[in-house]
Formats: sequence, C-alpha cells, structure tokens
Amino acid sequence: MFDFSTQLASSLLPNPIVTASGCAGSGKELAQFFPLQELGAIVTKSIMLNPRSGRATPRMAETPSGMLNSIGLQGPGIDHFLENDIPWLQSQDARIIVSIAGETVDDYGVLARRVRALSNVVGVEVNISCPNVENRGMVFSCHPDTARAAIENVRRNIGGDLPILAKLSPDVTDIVAIAREVMDAGADGLALINTVLGMVIDINTMKPKLAQKTGGLSGPAIRPIAVRAIYQVHAALPKAPIIGMGGVASGSDALELVLAGASAISVGTATFGNPTAVIKVRDELQELLIQRGFDNFSDAVGFAHRLGS
Amino acid sequence: MSAINVRAIQCSAEIISNKKIGAYHHMVFAVSDMAQNARPGNFVAISVGGEASALILRRAFAIYRSSDKGSAGGVIELVIAPHGAGSKWLAAREVHEKVDMVGPLGTSFGIPTEPARALLVGGGYGSAPLFGLAEILKARGCRVDMVLGASSAAKIYAPLEGKRSVSSLTLTTDDGSAGIHGLVSDALPQIIEENQSEIIYSCGPMAMLEAIQLVANKYELVHQASVEESMACGIGVCMTCVVPMRDPDGVVKMSRTCIDGPVMDGSTVVWGSKGIIPEGTWGA
Repeated sequence: MFDFSTQLASSLLPNPIVTASGCAGSGKELAQFFPLQELGAIVTKSIMLNPRSGRATPRMAETPSGMLNSIGLQGPGIDHFLENDIPWLQSQDARIIVSIAGETVDDYGVLARRVRALSNVVGVEVNISCPNVENRGMVFSCHPDTARAAIENVRRNIGGDLPILAKLSPDVTDIVAIAREVMDAGADGLALINTVLGMVIDINTMKPKLAQKTGGLSGPAIRPIAVRAIYQVHAALPKAPIIGMGGVASGSDALELVLAGASAISVGTATFGNPTAVIKVRDELQELLIQRGFDNFSDAVGFAHRLGS
Repeated sequence: MSAINVRAIQCSAEIISNKKIGAYHHMVFAVSDMAQNARPGNFVAISVGGEASALILRRAFAIYRSSDKGSAGGVIELVIAPHGAGSKWLAAREVHEKVDMVGPLGTSFGIPTEPARALLVGGGYGSAPLFGLAEILKARGCRVDMVLGASSAAKIYAPLEGKRSVSSLTLTTDDGSAGIHGLVSDALPQIIEENQSEIIYSCGPMAMLEAIQLVANKYELVHQASVEESMACGIGVCMTCVVPMRDPDGVVKMSRTCIDGPVMDGSTVVWGSKGIIPEGTWGA
C-alpha cells in the first residue's frame, strides 16, 4: 500500500497536494467540483487585518503559458474571515492552512494571534512576498531584515507547535539567504515561490495592460524558476519542509518540484483553467510515484539531490 | 452546502454543429445534464487550445440557447465571435470533436412574475443570450421589443428563428450600413415611449450598458444588464472580473461578475470604473 502522506513540520497531511493562496477563493467556489477534504489542505487567500478592495481593473493579462495578475490582496479582513470563511471550512472537515499578510510587522503578530488556536488549522502561511503592493520596498521577503522581523513577530505570537510557513518571492538575488534568515527567525518551513513581477504592454493602446502596470506572473511559464528555487533551498536547508508551487498543472509537473525538494505541492493558476486540476494533479502524482517504484511519498522528496550529480 | 456554482458541472461536450453565420460561429454542444439547469444570462467556461496549449485560461461564453430534450439529449448553443486566439481555436473545431466545458455559471435574467412590456438591447454578439430570454418572456405573455446595435451590418447577430419571439426589432449601426445610423442608446427613448417599455434587459460592451443605464434612469425603468469583464476562471476564485457594485446595504464592493453577475441590476453597478476604485469602496 502506497503511503501518500506528508509531514509539514508538526502537521501530518494525508496527501501532499494543497491549493495555492489566492487561487481557491473561500473554498465554497470549488466545493461544487470536489469535496475539500480530498485535499492535503486548503490554503486560504492571504487575509489581512482590514477589508481591502484590491486594485483597479484590468487586473489580469494572459501571457504565453501564464498570466499576470494584480488583484492586490482583495479580501474581507480578519473579522469577517473568522466569522464566515473559517466556520464553513471547518464544517467541511477540510484541513486549513491560513495565509496571512500584513502591511506592517505588527500586523503579522496580530493576525498570528487571531488564527493560532482554530480547529482544523494545520499551518499558517506567512505571505511576506505579495508583489502587488504600492511600495515595492514593502515586500518583506525582498530584504533579510524585514523578512526576519515579520517571521519573528509571528513566532512570538503563535506559541505552540502550529507550523509557520514563510512564503518567499523569487525576485531576489539570493533566495537561499532569505530562506536561512526566516528559518533562523523561527519559521518551521517555507512556501516557494510567490509570483514573479512582470509587465505586459498592449501594442494597440501602447500602454501597460494592467491598470497598476505591473503584476505577478504565474502558470507553467514560471515552473523552471520554482524548480530552481526549491532545488537551491533544499540543498542548503535539507531539513526545512517546503511547500512547492509555480506552474503545476499535472502530476509530472508536481513530481518535478518534489524531486527538487518539495514536501507538499500547491496548485494555483491551473485551477483557473480547470476547477478539478488539484484532484488531477494529486491522482497523477500518486500514479507516477508508484510507477517509479516508490513505496511512500517522502522517499521521493529531494530525490534529484541523491543521484550524486 | 455552498451557495456558489451550485448548478455547475464539468463535462466533455461534443460539438454537434458548427456553422459560420456572418461574422460569427453558431455552435451546438451535446452537454447532457448541463442543459437542464441553464437559464438565459448564464454562461459556460471552455478550456481552449488542446493539451499542449500555451493558452492556460478558460474562455467564458454566454449561452445563446439551451434545450434538454431532442435527439442529442441536452444541448447548449453558443455564438462565438472569433477575434482572440481562444475563440478562433474554438470556432475552428470540427463536428464530433470534444471540449472541456464547465457550466452553467453566473446569474441569469430575472423573469417578471406578471406579463410586462420588455425591451431587450444587445450589442454585437451580445444579442445571443437575449433570444433565449425573448422566447421565455414571450411564453409568459410579455411584449418583447428588441434593439440590436453593432459597428456594421455584418456584426449584427439576428437569426431568423430568434426574430420569431420578438414583437419588434430595431437595428442600429455605427456606420449606417443597416438600420438607424448611430448608437443603440440614441434609439432607445423613442422605442421606450412608443412601446411603453417597463423593463430593460441588456447585454454588450460596458460603455453601451452604461449609456443604457442613463436612459433607464431617465425613464425610471428596471435595467438588468449582463456585464462584460474579462475573466480568468469563471468560477469565482481568481478575483479578476470584478466591478464596483452597491450591495443591499448600500456599500460599494468590488464584486465578481462571474458569481454576482454577469446579470446585474444596472442601478447597483458603479459604471465607468475601469482603471479606478471608486471613492468610498469597501476596503479602499
């Protein structure tokens, strides 16, 4: 019997496939297509302290094998989220990874305290890397000191053993250095990678297609960047569990990230093209691992590092 | 259970007809159970480009008509304007090919409980969902007047079978190649006054819908508008297709046109908001 379970720090998930933050709505949108319990976990949209309108439209531009988005963290704020979204997810018996995003280091601490003791929550993703913020200097994960400060504040406020997963941006010179910094600051694991900052210009209007000019690139176009980032970080920090993401749309895509060192896989943009993509990826990945003679999922994690090359 | 997408299913839909009509393609898909829940105003989301495609997002198409009986079982009919890479790919499919379809999605046009005098206004292929609506309104004893506008005569979609359900049909074109030379909104006041219209249903580009709303305000008419915002997913998860909309408590929120629309009460939409977040929007 193949063992598909995976260990994310102190949390054991029955399978390693999870949604990606901001790509599964509140969960209700996808529940018509499959039971949310089927997922390793659902990762919520990044929730902030206050309601947020997000950015003006156009917010999206399709690109070759990818898309740019500049949603800008539209969401209802933590109060509404705790009153509505969380109880509903709990009623579905879903395992939940709550993603939090702050405007300040203090926000992260307050948010961590609000979500630390909820049933069914198996982890907190600390989004310190959303590219769609007004001030690029505010992307916490682009600087070792701000990345550290945000994670330290979450660590101080969470107590207990609920896994803290730091979500990092690939838009840095040395992602390993940032990964070391946040692990040292008290993170239990990493989420790699957030979208890559990009831009599209409409040659008819001769202006940027997105209202706010830049957006985050996602989809298969960025998969090699994700594989590289996961591989580099796993090589340097082999004990840090990684949720890998970036353009996964099939089981073979997921396997690539697993071999690079991911202990779990988020499916994000693929859900936009196919509401059941997450389930397809899960089933295909299991089949591929069995075909390759693995008895359990964990043995495949980071396997590409073991070939002595 | 969740209250979102509750009637939607995902299926492999076989193309049973694909005919070029003017600038458009009329396509019929065998969809079995999906048809029985489809209402005028709903849309479907279709995956395009095939397995190795670089087009990763679904395309949304308003349902032209649907039927759950007949020799092919349940069918959904679409009118495709092949102007982007995805719609061109779809329009080029042969009969018996299959596409991955999710639907029916979104809100539908509200049907009056008592017979009413309805005015249906469509722009370009935005006329498509109005014909299915016209049939239902006619069957309920409503008077149905229709105005269709487009840039030129070739871009007006008005098939013969559709025309049977309407009491009057007025055409407008930007270049004067058919009907009245001008915009649909210019033609509306006279038609509303002549027919004593009580409710407006519309579908087309946002600028047209905004112009119709101004006319609806002037005559104090209910205006159900099927809005057009580009979507990435069609099922409410991507937050791309939002428009500012006033909720029942009067609060303006960036609302998803795939879930809170595409059919919206025109008086609740904050029109002309492309590129801006209106002041006072919740969370702004």
